[in-house]
Amino acid sequence: MSDNNRPLSPHLQVYRPQLTSVLSIFHRLSGITLATGAAMLACWLLTAAAGPEYYEWSRWFLSSWLGIGLLALWSWCLFYHLCNGIRHLFWDVGLGFSLKATYFSGITMLISSALLTGLSWGIGLSMYCLR
Amino acid sequence: MGTKMQSPLARVRHMGSAKEGVNHWWWQRITALMLIPLSLWFVASVWMIVISGATYTELVSWLNGPISASLMLIFLGSIFLHLKLGLQVVIEDYVHTKWLKWSLIVLLLVLTILLFSISIYSVIAISLRG
Repeated sequence: MSDNNRPLSPHLQVYRPQLTSVLSIFHRLSGITLATGAAMLACWLLTAAAGPEYYEWSRWFLSSWLGIGLLALWSWCLFYHLCNGIRHLFWDVGLGFSLKATYFSGITMLISSALLTGLSWGIGLSMYCLR
Repeated sequence: MGTKMQSPLARVRHMGSAKEGVNHWWWQRITALMLIPLSLWFVASVWMIVISGATYTELVSWLNGPISASLMLIFLGSIFLHLKLGLQVVIEDYVHTKWLKWSLIVLLLVLTILLFSISIYSVIAISLRG
C-alpha cells in the first residue's frame, strides 16, 4: 500500500495473538461495523419520514434473514464497543494498566457484552411474541 | 542549527504536527462519554421498537415526543461525530498511498455529512408532522 516502500509497523503476522491485542483489533472492527449500522439507521429514519409505505421497505429488509443477521451483528458490536470503550476511558485517565487488571477487565468486558446482547434480544423477542 | 529535529521546510510540507491531534482526541472521548448513556437509551427504545416489530403508527407516536426526539438528535450528533473521528484514524493508520488516503478521507466526510443531514431531517420531519 505504501508509495515509498518504507517499513511499516507493527507486523501483526509475526506476533502470537494475545487476548489484549485480539480485543484491541476487534474494537476497531466493531467500530467499522457500527458505522455501517449508523448508515442503516439513517435509511431507517428516512423511510419513516417518507411515510408508512416506505417504512414497510425497512420493516421488510430488517425482518429478512439478512436483516436479522445484520441486527444480531450490530447489536453485539454495539455492546462490545460500548463495554470495551468504557475500558479505554479508564485507561485514558491512567487506571487499570497492570497486566492483571488488563486481562481481568478484558474478560469482564467480553462476558458483559455477551450478556447484554443476549438480554437485549431476550427482552425484544419476548415483546415481539407478546404482541 | 536549532534544537528542532526538523527543518522549517519539512514543517511547511505538512510533515510536522498539525497541532490538532489533542482536539481530535478530546472530541473522540467526549462523544464516547456521551454515548455510554445515550446508546443504552437507544437500545432500550429504538432497538426494542425494531426488534419487537412495532407498527409505523407506534414508531411515529414515540418519535413525536419532545424527549425522544431531542435525545435522538443528540444521539445522532454524537454517533456521526464519533464515527467520523474513529474511521478517519483507521484510514490514516492503514492506508499509506497518499492519493488513496486523501480520497477515502474526503469520501468519509461527504458520506458522514450526507447521512447525518438525512437522519436529522427525518427526525425533525416526523416531529413536525405529528
